[in-house]
Amino acid sequence: MNILSLKNVVKTYQDHIAVNDISFDMPEGCIFGLLGPNGAGKSSIIRIITTITQADSGTVFLNGEPLNSSHPSQIGYMPEERGLYKKMEVGDHLMYLAQLKGLSKTDAKQAIDHWFEKFGIQDWWNKKVEELSKGMQQKIQFISTVIHKPKLLILDEPFSGLDPINANLIKDEIYEMKKQGISIIFSTHRMEQVEEICEHIVLINQGKNVLQGTVKDVKNQYKENKFEFKYEGTLPEDFNDHGNVVKESPGSVIIQLQEGESSNDFLNYLLRNNVRIQSFNEILPTLNEIFIRKVGAVNLAQA
Amino acid sequence: MNKLWLIIQREYLTRVKKRSFILATILTPLAFGLFMVVVSVIFSYESDDLKRIAILDKENILTSISDENNLIFKFEEASLNEMKKTYVEKNYDAIMVIPPMKNIQDTRLTVFYYSDDPLGLDMRFMIENKLQKSIRKYKISALDLDAKELESLDTKVSINPEPIDDSKADVSPMAAGVGAAIGGVMGFIMYMAVFIYGTMVMRSVMEEKTSRIVEVMISSVKPFQLMMGKIIGVGGVGLTQLIIWAILIPIISIVVQGIFGFDVESSAEMSSAASQIDPDDMQAMVAQVMAEIKALNWWAIFPLFLFYFVGGYFLYASLFAAVGSAIGDDLGEGQSLTLPITIPVILALYIMMVVVKAPQSSLATWSSIFPFFSPIVMPSRLAFSPPLWEVIVSMLVLIATSLFFVWLSARIYRIGILMYGKKASFKELGKWLFYKG
Repeated sequence: MNILSLKNVVKTYQDHIAVNDISFDMPEGCIFGLLGPNGAGKSSIIRIITTITQADSGTVFLNGEPLNSSHPSQIGYMPEERGLYKKMEVGDHLMYLAQLKGLSKTDAKQAIDHWFEKFGIQDWWNKKVEELSKGMQQKIQFISTVIHKPKLLILDEPFSGLDPINANLIKDEIYEMKKQGISIIFSTHRMEQVEEICEHIVLINQGKNVLQGTVKDVKNQYKENKFEFKYEGTLPEDFNDHGNVVKESPGSVIIQLQEGESSNDFLNYLLRNNVRIQSFNEILPTLNEIFIRKVGAVNLAQA
Repeated sequence: MNKLWLIIQREYLTRVKKRSFILATILTPLAFGLFMVVVSVIFSYESDDLKRIAILDKENILTSISDENNLIFKFEEASLNEMKKTYVEKNYDAIMVIPPMKNIQDTRLTVFYYSDDPLGLDMRFMIENKLQKSIRKYKISALDLDAKELESLDTKVSINPEPIDDSKADVSPMAAGVGAAIGGVMGFIMYMAVFIYGTMVMRSVMEEKTSRIVEVMISSVKPFQLMMGKIIGVGGVGLTQLIIWAILIPIISIVVQGIFGFDVESSAEMSSAASQIDPDDMQAMVAQVMAEIKALNWWAIFPLFLFYFVGGYFLYASLFAAVGSAIGDDLGEGQSLTLPITIPVILALYIMMVVVKAPQSSLATWSSIFPFFSPIVMPSRLAFSPPLWEVIVSMLVLIATSLFFVWLSARIYRIGILMYGKKASFKELGKWLFYKG
C-alpha cells in the first residue's frame, strides 16, 4: 500500500518549470528520502503535497485518494525555514496549532502534556517563544509538527541548525514515529543523513525525477564491481590483469574488477595462488557519489 | 469556519492581552483628562501676568478706563520724557500716550505704547478694545448724543433656520455648528482608525512572513482564512478600543470637571472675557448646543458610524494586508506600495474638513459615494441628516467595493506570503492576481 503517490505532477511558475512531470510512489510506513540539490524542486513538491499550492496538472494521491481539503490534518509539515509566533506563550502556541489541525481542546492539551513530559519541559508552558534558545524553539517546532499524530510526516532539512544532541533527539523521535507506523518524508541535500536514515529515495534534479528506489537497489544499480580485500603473504604478480587497482597499501587492496569477472572468480584466483585472505568485501558507491554523478553530469552539461 | 474562528480568537486575544494595548487603551483617556487640566491651567495662567500702565492723556479723552485683574491703568500728569525717567521708580511696566484728537469725526487714532517688554497679542487686543470703548464714550459726550438712542442702533440679528415642510423637525440655529463639530470628530476618528488598525494588519502580515510561521499556518489553513482571521481579529481590537474610549473619555472628563472645577460655565466666562461675549449669551449658547447634541438622531448615527467603520476598515485593511504580504521585512521598500493606499485616506480627511462646512455640496455628495472616501466623509455628514438615497447608495457601493478588494487582496496575499526575495512592485502584484493557486 502506498501512502503517497505522485502521478505526472507539473508545476510551472511564471518564468520556470519547478516540477516537470514527476511521478513516484511512497510505501506506507517507511522513511522516504526526497533528495536533490538546492533549487531542484523539492520544496515545490512538498508545497503541493501539503496543499499549500496546487499542481498545474497531474494528481497527488494520499492513501489512494486524490488530495482534498481533509488531508492537511493528516499531514505534519516542518518547513526548512522554521518560524513561530515569537510573542506567544509556548503552551498557547501549541494549543493554537493543534486546534488548527483539528484537535479538540482537551485532546490538544493532553497531547501537549504528553510531549512536554517526554522532552522534560513541563515548565515551558508559560514561557514566551522568544525567551527560548534556537534549539529549544526547534523542539517546540517539532512538537507542533507531530502533535496531531499525522499519518504522513514531512520534514524539510530537519537537522539544519541543530546541535548534535538535539539532532539525535529528533532522530530518535523519527525512528520512534516510524515504529508507530507513521510514514516520513525526509527532504534534504545532505546525503550522509539519508544513507543513515532512509529506506527509499527519490532524487530530483531540475524539476525532474532522476532516480528512485530503495537505498539498497540504488546502490546496487550503481555499483562498479569494486572490492576491497585484506590479506597476508604476497600477491601474484599478474593480479592486476583482473582489473584496475584503485588503491594499494600493505596488506590491503581496492580493485575494480574488469567486466565479466565475478567476485567469486577473483577470490578463487587469489586462493589458488595461496594468498591468505583476511577480509573481502564489496565497496558500494555512497549515495553522495551517486548523487554527484547523476546531478553533476546534468548540471555541468548545462553550465 | 471553525479554523477562521480560531484565527480570529488568537489575533484578538494576543493583542488585547498585551500590556501595551491595555496601557494605551486606559492611558489615552487619562491623557485626555490630563490634557483638559493642563489646558485649563494654561488658560488661567495669563491672568497673573500683571501689567501696570501709566496713561498720559493731556486732552482728557479717556474719562475713565476700567482695570482688569491683570491690567492696572493709572493717569499721570507728567510729560513723556519725565515719565521715561521715573517709570521704574513708580513701578510701571509701560507708558501709554493718548494723542489729542484733531477732529472729532476721525475714525482712526494711533496710541503709543512705550515699554521694555513686548506687547502680547491678547493684551494688545484687550487694551485696544478698552480704548475704543472709552473713546466712544468721549465722542458721545463731545458730540452731545444720547447714549440710549445710540445703543438702539445696534441690532443683534440671528437667523433661525426652519423647514419649509411643517411636518419636519425644526432645526435650531446651532445645528450647523454642532453638526460640523460632531461630523469632524467622527471623520477624524475614522481617519485614525483606518490608519492605526490598517497598518496594524500590515505589520502583522509582514511579521508572519518574515518569521516564516506562515508556511506552517498555510499547511493547516487556507490563506484566505488566515487573512480574514487577521483582519477581523484586529478589527475587533479596534472596536474594543473605540468602545472603551467612548465610555472612559466622558467619565474621565466628568471626574476632571468635578475635581478641578473646570466646568462649562467658568470656561464660558473665561473665553467670554477674551472675546467680549456676554457670559449670559455664552451660557445660553452652551445650553442650546447641549440640546442640539441630544436632539441628533443617535439611533441612526451610531449604527451608521459603525457600518462605515467596518466597511472602510475592511476595504483598507485588506489592501494593507496585500501590501504587507508583498513587502516582507523591508519596510523602506514597502513605502512605495503603501503610498497609494494612504493618499486616498489623507485626501478623504481634507475633503471631510471642507464637507462639514458645506454638507449639501456636490463635493459632499460625490465624495460620500466614492468608496475610498465615503468611510471618512459620510460619517462626518451624518449629523446633518443627509438624504436617504445618498446614504443607501453610498452603503451599497462601499459594501460592493469592500468585497471586491477583499477578494483582490486575498489573491495577492496568497502568493505574496510565500514569495521571498522578489522585489515587490505593482507590476509584480498585478501578475500575482492571475497566478494559479
